[in-house]
Amino acid sequence: MNFLRTLLVRREAGIAVMIVLFCLAVGAVKPQFLSLDQLRIILLLTPLIMIAAMGQMMVIVARHVDLSIGSTLGFSAMVSGMLYRFDVDWFGFDVPWWTGIPVSVVVGALLGFGNGVLIQLFRLPAIIVTLGTLSLYRGLTFIISNAKQIDRQWIPSEIKGLSQTSPFTFPEFLPIVGKFNIPWIVILAFGIAILAYLFLMHTRMGRQIYAIGSNPVAAPLRGINVTQVNLAVFTISGALAGLAGIMYASRWGFVNPSNTGNGFEFQVIAAVVIGGVSINGGVGTVLGTVLGVLLLGCVAAALPLLGIPGTSQAAIYGAVILLALLIDRTVRRQGIVSLKRVRP
Amino acid sequence: MTDPTNKAEPLLSARGISKSFAGVEVLRDVDLDLMPGEIHALLGENGAGKSTFAKIVAGVHRPTRGTLRLNAETVDIPSPLAAQRLGITLIHQEPISFPDLSVAENLVLGRGSGSPLSRVPWAEIIGDARRLIDLLGVRIDVTRPMRGLSIADQQMVEIARALASDSRLIIMDEPTAPLTPKEVETLFGIARRLRDEGRTIIFISHRLEEVRALCDRVTIFRDGSKIATEDIGNLTDADIIRLMIGRPLKEYMHRGKSHIGEVALKVEALSLPGYFENISFEVRKGEIVGLGGLVGAGRTDVARALFGVAPAASGIVWVNGKVVHITDPSQAIREGLAFVPEDRAVAGIFRTLSVEQNITAAVPRQIAPSGIIRRTIEKAMAHDSVRRLRIRLASLRQPIGELSGGNQQKAILARWLLTDPSVLILDEPTRGIDIGVKAEFYDMIGELAAAGRAILLISSELPELLALCDRVLVMSEGHLTADIPRADATQERIMSAAVPQFREAAA
Repeated sequence: MNFLRTLLVRREAGIAVMIVLFCLAVGAVKPQFLSLDQLRIILLLTPLIMIAAMGQMMVIVARHVDLSIGSTLGFSAMVSGMLYRFDVDWFGFDVPWWTGIPVSVVVGALLGFGNGVLIQLFRLPAIIVTLGTLSLYRGLTFIISNAKQIDRQWIPSEIKGLSQTSPFTFPEFLPIVGKFNIPWIVILAFGIAILAYLFLMHTRMGRQIYAIGSNPVAAPLRGINVTQVNLAVFTISGALAGLAGIMYASRWGFVNPSNTGNGFEFQVIAAVVIGGVSINGGVGTVLGTVLGVLLLGCVAAALPLLGIPGTSQAAIYGAVILLALLIDRTVRRQGIVSLKRVRP
Repeated sequence: MTDPTNKAEPLLSARGISKSFAGVEVLRDVDLDLMPGEIHALLGENGAGKSTFAKIVAGVHRPTRGTLRLNAETVDIPSPLAAQRLGITLIHQEPISFPDLSVAENLVLGRGSGSPLSRVPWAEIIGDARRLIDLLGVRIDVTRPMRGLSIADQQMVEIARALASDSRLIIMDEPTAPLTPKEVETLFGIARRLRDEGRTIIFISHRLEEVRALCDRVTIFRDGSKIATEDIGNLTDADIIRLMIGRPLKEYMHRGKSHIGEVALKVEALSLPGYFENISFEVRKGEIVGLGGLVGAGRTDVARALFGVAPAASGIVWVNGKVVHITDPSQAIREGLAFVPEDRAVAGIFRTLSVEQNITAAVPRQIAPSGIIRRTIEKAMAHDSVRRLRIRLASLRQPIGELSGGNQQKAILARWLLTDPSVLILDEPTRGIDIGVKAEFYDMIGELAAAGRAILLISSELPELLALCDRVLVMSEGHLTADIPRADATQERIMSAAVPQFREAAA
C-alpha cells in the first residue's frame, strides 16, 4: 500500500502510464503500431533527443535553460562534416572515420563553455544568453560552410553504419525477436543516460547541481563553487549537443547548415519538461527524462501512421506535449492531495 | 547561578564593533564577551542592532570597525562559510535550506572536500545524519526531502548541522516565533543540553518569559548601542523593558472613554459552511471590539468574508446603516472598510516595491486623479504617513522588505488609514513586533477609535484584548461563543469561551 502510494506520486510512473495508454490507444486504431518494427522506428527517432536531453536536464536542474543546443548541434556537425569533405584539401590525407566524434564533442563543449562564461562571468540570464547564441552559432554555421550542405557521399559509411548496424543481433531462429536489432546509436544514447545518472546521483558535483537549482542563494553560502558547477553544466550540455550533431550525420547521412538541428531545442526541452524536470530547478531524474523522450518518440512515430498530414503534424505534436503536461499535473496534484488525506 | 565571567576565558570577545549601512550607523562600539557554556539573550527593539550584531558574528555582515576575538585569537569572518569553519552557526528563524534535497544531504552539503567527480558516500551520509538527528532526540526521516518539513523540524536540522561541524557558538535568531509551545519546549531542552556540553548559544527573542526561562545572561541593545549585560536573575521585567525602550513603559492604560457613537458595522447570521456559522455582532463608532479565540476558530475567515476576500455564503452586513453585499476587496474599500491582514509577508506587503508605493497602494484614485500617478502627491502622502506613524526608515524609496517587522506593519496600517476607513479590521496587528513598537501601536489604535472609527481587533494575546477593547467577542470552532463587556472580561472568561471542551462541559 505504501509502495503503491509512493508510486502514484512518483512522476515517472505517471509518464510510464501515459506511454502505455498512448500506445494502446494508437494500437487500437492501427494494430501494426504495436510491433517490433515500430519499436525500432521509435527507438531510432529518439537517440539524438535523448543524448541532448541529458545535458539539457542538468542545465534545467541548475535552474537555467540552454536554448542554443540546436545551433550547437548544427555547428558541431558541420565542423565534422567539413573535416570529412575537405580533409584531403586541408591536410593532404583522409582522416579516420571516427575523427568526427571527438571533434564534434569538443566543438560542442567549447560552444557550451562559451554560454557558461557569458552567463556566469557576466551574470546574464541563461535564457537571454542562449537565445543570443542560438542565432550566433547558427549564423557561424552558415559562414564556415558558405551555406553549402555536406552531401551523403562525404559522410563515412562507418559513421552512417552506427545508425544501422548493431553490436549484437538476436539469433534469427528465435520467434518474434528474430530479425530485431538495436543499433549502436540507441545503445550509445542509453549509455549516456546511465553515465548521466551516475554523475547526477553519485558524484559531488552532481549533487551540487541539484543544490544550486534548489536554492541558488544559499549554495555559495555552503561553500559550493557555483561558477565551476555552472560552467561544467553548460559545457556538458554543449558537448552532448555536439555528440548529437555527429549522430545526426550518422542518422541522416548529410549535414545542412539551415536544417541540421533546427528546432531541436524545442523537442529536447519538451522531453525534459514532460519527464518531470522542474523548470524552477532542483527537481528531476534521469529516468523521468528518458521516459519523456520515449513518449515524444511514440507520438512522433504514431502521427504518420495515423495518416496525419505533414502540415498538421507540428500543431498536433505541440498539442500532445501540452496535453501530457496537463494530465501529468492533474494526476500528480490529486495523488498528493489523497496522500494528505490518508495521513493521520 | 554563578557568574560565568569569573570562571573562564570568553569564547568570543567583541570590541568596538560598529556597522554602518549606506552611511547610517546601525551599530556603535559594541563590546561583548560570550562565555563558553552560557545561553546569552540579545534583547532590544526592532532596529536596536541585536540582529546586526549576530549577523556580524555569523559572517553575514562585516563590521565597519572593531575586532572579534575567538578563543583569544583575533579572527576575520568574511562569510557564513568562514564562520561555519570557525565553529559559528547562525540558525535562521525560517531556515535557509535546499528544499528539494533530502534531510541527510542538507546536513552534509558543503562539508569536506574532494574532487568534483568523487563519489558521494550515501550510506555514510545517511548513517551520520541519523546519528545526529537521534542525538537531538527528535524523529525526522533523514531520507525525506526538506520540503514539507515543519519549521520546527527544519530548525532541528539546522541545529544538527551545527553539531555536524561541531559548532561552539550557535546563534538562534528569533527561533521560537513560528513554533508551537510544545516545539518551543523541545527546542529549549536541546538548547540547555548543548549549553551543558560547553557550547555557547546566542538567543534572540522578543518574548521576555522565554528569555527568562532559558537564558543565563542578557545583553540589551538600544539604538545601535549596547546598554547593559547582566545575569537574568538581577533584572526584573520592568528593568528590562525600561532598558530596552529607554523610558519606563507605563502599564498600558485604557484611554479615557472615547465617545461611542452609532453602529458602524452590523453583522447578522453570517455563515460560510465549513468555516463559520451564524455570526452576529455589531461595532459602534469609537468602539474597539476584540475578537478572541484559538487559532483556527474562524476569526480570520470572518474578517476575510467581511472584506470580500472569501465572501460569506449567507447573512446580512450593514456598514454605516446601509445593507452591503461585498464580494471583492475594492468594493469593501469603497464602503469604508479597511483590513490589515495577519500574515503581512504573504498578504500585506509588496516586498520589492518602495515604502512609498506600499503606503499609497490602496488609494490609486488619490495619487492618480487623472489616471497617471502624480509623484508629488504620492510622495507627500507617504511622507505625511511616515511622520504621523513614526515609521523608521532610511528613505521612502527603500524597498519595504528592508524595514523591520514593526515598521512594515506600521506602513500597512498607514496604507489603510489613507483610505479613511470608518471600519478598521486588524488581524493580529502586533504579532512578531517588539514591546516598544507594540506600545506605540496600542496608542495608535486608541487614537483611531477616539477619532470615531469602529475597530474590530482580532488577537490571540489575552492581555492585549483586555487592555484595549471595549467588548470582547470570542469564537470557537466557527461559532460566536461569547460577547463580554469590558467590565466583566477576564482571561479566564475568554479562554473558557474559546476552548471547545470547556464550552461543552459548561453546556
